[in-house]
Amino acid sequence: MARKLLFEHINVPGINTFDVYRKQGGYCAVEKALKSLSPDDVVEEVKKSGLRGRGGAGFPTGMKWSFLAKPEGVPRYLVCNADESEPGTFKDRYLMTNIPHLLIEGMIVSSYALGANTSYIYVRGEMMPQIRILEKAIAEAKAAGFLGKNILGSGFDLELYVQPGGGAYICGEETALLESLEGKRGNPRIKPPFPAVSGLYGCPTVVNNVESIAAVVPIVNEGGDEYAKIGVGRSTGTKLISASGNINKPGVYEIELGVSVEEFIYSEEYCGGIANGKRLKAVVAGGSSVPILPANLILKTTNGENRLMTYESLSDGGFATGTMLGSGGFVVLDEDACIVRNTWNFSRFYHHESCGQCSPCREGTGWMEKVLHRLEYGHGTISDIDLLVNVAKQIEGNTICPLGDAAAWPVASAIRHFRDEFEWHVTHPQEALKGNYGLAHYADPLPQIAQTV
Amino acid sequence: MLKVTETQEIKFSKELIAQFDEMVKRYPQGKQKSALLPILHAVQAEYGWLSPSAMDKVAEYLNIKPIEVYEVATFYTMFFLQPQGKYVLEVCHTGPCQLVGAEKMMDHLEKKLGVKEGEVTKDGLFSWRGVECLAACGMAPVLQIGPDYTYYENLTADKLDTLIEELKKK
Repeated sequence: MARKLLFEHINVPGINTFDVYRKQGGYCAVEKALKSLSPDDVVEEVKKSGLRGRGGAGFPTGMKWSFLAKPEGVPRYLVCNADESEPGTFKDRYLMTNIPHLLIEGMIVSSYALGANTSYIYVRGEMMPQIRILEKAIAEAKAAGFLGKNILGSGFDLELYVQPGGGAYICGEETALLESLEGKRGNPRIKPPFPAVSGLYGCPTVVNNVESIAAVVPIVNEGGDEYAKIGVGRSTGTKLISASGNINKPGVYEIELGVSVEEFIYSEEYCGGIANGKRLKAVVAGGSSVPILPANLILKTTNGENRLMTYESLSDGGFATGTMLGSGGFVVLDEDACIVRNTWNFSRFYHHESCGQCSPCREGTGWMEKVLHRLEYGHGTISDIDLLVNVAKQIEGNTICPLGDAAAWPVASAIRHFRDEFEWHVTHPQEALKGNYGLAHYADPLPQIAQTV
Repeated sequence: MLKVTETQEIKFSKELIAQFDEMVKRYPQGKQKSALLPILHAVQAEYGWLSPSAMDKVAEYLNIKPIEVYEVATFYTMFFLQPQGKYVLEVCHTGPCQLVGAEKMMDHLEKKLGVKEGEVTKDGLFSWRGVECLAACGMAPVLQIGPDYTYYENLTADKLDTLIEELKKK
């Protein structure tokens, strides 16, 4: 069994309550940090741990923290990004539902490290049940003296609040989240200035994902060096993977970074293989934004090596033959899944969620959705496929925030790897409406030429 | 689009105002606008939707311009700008849910309730719509019902029928 750092006690009955959580060693990281470590010591441990942002970007958390400006007399804020909306990702919801105090504990330690006396957890509005759970957990922690004034006699004060979103994927982008938290439309801001200098209310602010904040707890408890021993290379520690789609055991799994993709999909410990005895066609490995890969490329890199669940291994080969770990939203497509339909579906999502601020994204996402719709429904032409590639290219890199890229990559990668299926939709519109293209060569071993590259 | 369908003046209850007062306390002095989203959620939970009159009252309470409320209410998909059924069944129809049959669930709802997406049943009890990813992909297909946003997971046609019958009895 792999080591669990976040979910070690997740199956203990009542772990969602303060008392049980405390009995299992909960809030020890707060005691350790406030009593024996300086804020800078905590930042140092997080740096040593090699923890990388678990929301999707994978930026080193310790480094992000060290960028925080600290002008005299200006409040600093820590904001937790719990706006989990990336299709395929549901780990934060799971964590907040089942072990809310882990997040609260992480928030206290992290706020201490950053010198924030007011912190917010921005939770997507649809997660009203989780908002209630967190509010209850905060009240419990406060009653036990872990929040409020002069926590554990350390002189450190912290108030923690939960803020609901209103149903907008874009608010997962940190500057859009801050706009939303200020009571505005979630339009991303132009960077610089970065939130570390000018964030919430124009004050220095750190925005971190739920899982990143939760990971600070074991890092402080065990030390950054211990944490960094788990994993492979620059992919240290454990990661929560949300597994969904056509698999036997969908759910949230805590993995040690470095497990092979093959083991993750087929072993009983994780996904338990493809559902209904079907064969694997494709995987979207890190949430809908990352490039989709066909079965052959997700299981092995072009060097013929096993592909691992790490930041580096998943991106091996760049976008030509690789993808990204992203937020860990692992969506599995079986032989009956239609790539064109799936791509159209994701495109509709990005069109719906574009904030409309930048023309390439606002117009491009709608355009791609429309073209994909006509391809899926048998009215497409071969030139539509190149048109999609062209539109995706025009969006990518030309927008204020990464939503444009996130909308472009799934389309570009689907055509890159499954072009014959798109062409089949044009040449066989009637068949495409009734059936699906199937596996084609995607599940075959890599061709010889690729293996020698 | 913001379409005025109601001109009737409304007045917030003391309890609701007390809730607003609590919310405003979470933010620094002068940053009361931050309470806009939580307040709009509370108003919608009370009235079922956000009428122009309700939004004007919120603006008044927060001491901001009405347009600041409208622009937010129209941006976020959770806010209803038209009256809805008592129960709004929101079915996730993004990627992973679509892979395991969300579209069939939506077709079933349309047949069962006899109304199209976004329309309200004659008895005023139900409306339904497809929504984008609800972050419950491991339990797909899913739907949610406000104002508590309870999730109903691993949907089947039978489960939908049972749910609708239960809601009717409530």
